[in-house]
Amino acid sequence: MREVAIIAFGQTPNRRRELHRNEAEMLAPVVAEVLKGVGLSRRDVDFTCSGSSDFLAGFSFSWVTAIDALGAWPPIEESHVEGEAAWALYEAWVKMLCHEEIEVALVYGFGRQSMTSPRDVVTLMNDPYLETPLWPDAISQAALQARALLDAGLCTERDFADIAVRNLRHAESNPLAQLSGRPDPDALLETPTIASPLRKHDCPPITDGACAVLLAAGDRARALCKRPAWIRGLAHRIDVQALGRRDLTRSRSARLAAEAAGAIGTWIDIVEFHAPFTPQDWILQRELEIPEGTVINPSGGIHQGNPMMGAGLVRFGEVAARIIRGEADRGVAHATQGPCLQQNMVGVLEGE
Amino acid sequence: MELNDHKEALRGKHVLQYPYRRATGPILGRFFTDIRDFGRFLGVKTATGKVLCPPVEVDPDTLEDLSVNNLVEVGPAGCVTSWTWLREPRPGNPLERPFAWALIKLDGADSALLHAVDAGSESVMRTGMRVVPRFCDERSGGIRDITCFVPQN
Amino acid sequence: MNMAEAKKPVTTIKTPVAIHYDYSIGAGASTFMRAIREGRILGARCPDTGKVYVPPRLTSVETASPMSELVELPDRGVVYTYCIVNIKFYDQVLEIPYAYAYIVLDGADSAIMHLIQECPVDKIRPGMRVKAVWKDPAEWTESMENIRYFKPTGEADLPIETIMNEIRKKSYA
Repeated sequence: MREVAIIAFGQTPNRRRELHRNEAEMLAPVVAEVLKGVGLSRRDVDFTCSGSSDFLAGFSFSWVTAIDALGAWPPIEESHVEGEAAWALYEAWVKMLCHEEIEVALVYGFGRQSMTSPRDVVTLMNDPYLETPLWPDAISQAALQARALLDAGLCTERDFADIAVRNLRHAESNPLAQLSGRPDPDALLETPTIASPLRKHDCPPITDGACAVLLAAGDRARALCKRPAWIRGLAHRIDVQALGRRDLTRSRSARLAAEAAGAIGTWIDIVEFHAPFTPQDWILQRELEIPEGTVINPSGGIHQGNPMMGAGLVRFGEVAARIIRGEADRGVAHATQGPCLQQNMVGVLEGE
Repeated sequence: MELNDHKEALRGKHVLQYPYRRATGPILGRFFTDIRDFGRFLGVKTATGKVLCPPVEVDPDTLEDLSVNNLVEVGPAGCVTSWTWLREPRPGNPLERPFAWALIKLDGADSALLHAVDAGSESVMRTGMRVVPRFCDERSGGIRDITCFVPQN
Repeated sequence: MNMAEAKKPVTTIKTPVAIHYDYSIGAGASTFMRAIREGRILGARCPDTGKVYVPPRLTSVETASPMSELVELPDRGVVYTYCIVNIKFYDQVLEIPYAYAYIVLDGADSAIMHLIQECPVDKIRPGMRVKAVWKDPAEWTESMENIRYFKPTGEADLPIETIMNEIRKKSYA
């Protein structure tokens, strides 16, 4: 199998609302930065793939406007996924495995969820006949999963708060973090629930942002980057959508994806979870059999910033960046889509 | 005038609206018809003998098409398998006062449907409690013909 | 409870959707809109090719280089291509048939889209010289609707193919 690596990663600072720039304008400096960092120009990119959501932007084909950030002249080879940009990474990786002529690929994601109510817009992903007409919001749906964990005696609300505390503490070393700090977990438990048992600290922040990674193959990657983050395995699986047909204390698709990617029972230094809600972090730790002592979410995870549609790609970027900098040797990155960890992608990245 | 991003960009309110009329197919069509006309719930019996409510069109194990001949009556009472108390209802929710979202396994079914429970207060809610449907006076066919579920006395 | 008489079985359901936005248009479009409020049409020039894009953007469409040079454009230009609408649609205000055109303003290297009025639709053609008809300045806001439509000036046509070829050549800079 052809060797493909992440050789660069960039993102906008995570902020609650982007007041000045639209999607293309947010993205352009990020793309310029990742290319410049490895000494490439836009004409060196053989394939481009992006992830975003027309529902966040409010109009169809909204993702086309972002191509301004690339300067699509002469015409470029380009693709798009209507969804989380980690799946754009997957497409680029598969393309590179199959096509020798693609040596360098650019993957990016972006979204300005602050312009709408993301908590309600994601309900459009539910069953349009049986669920969406009731408008069950994202936090309520995640809360049903949290309740299942409490009922099964697997977790306490304090366990959820501890996950938030861990993420926010790690976020202190992330210069791009929107949120960080050292709240007292007992004080967090005193705050009111939004959809019980979930409280504000259990939920993702609203963040506008853009991110990009560069992929390169084989010797080209070695020429461009001293220590590429090789993709040793990458897989995704999907569960049935309906919450009433799943065991919500588990995410079988996360487990299957992790097995297929070779992430189970192998040594790793770090893992980055795309877990918008704290109970999901707990479930992923169990499904992926994360060993004690592994550093979880060194970037601060989703709690420090959730640039929706790019947040999963950022997990891959954060793991890759630490490998490239020599701070880690082997890590796992995860991304998710759909209610209550319905669809999951897991990748194993490694430095030589 | 400068071309830069220092000034805050102009903003405007905008609503994206679509009317949508969706074909139900025969199985969901029967499901909604029986709720509308008889206050009755139907589940679909699969090859393994499991009953799924709400019903599905394809057997999840054999991938064979299912038909209205596979429909069996379930409920109308059921059991809460998970729940959450929503303090502040959102636009479009079934109720305008605080309520619980719940996964409800109707009697005879092996899967749960998602709906609201008008319990009055969070302290009433617990997994395993029994609930019954409250139907709208005017029913037009759809999941909202059920206003919500309420605790069974 | 309203028990049904012999009603037709359910075969469709209505599931309306409404998503609300507080939409922010970004820097390039804001620059354009703030100027059009004053009756001015702005573009931006690409530092690599010299092409002038209307509305302005922060980065060049073809080279992705940051742009900073603003160019003011006249409210007259030439039709590049057009479309005649013959089908009524929901919420329509104009009488059919009516026409939309891509218009290359004098000095621009990209086209803007606007209505053509005061011209029988079968007389519209590429190369036709047009000029903007504005609303009363007292009504101007941050909107393209400050221009009600473009109408023919009556001058001789311009050779649109020549104009487009000159624009295309700049892309190879």
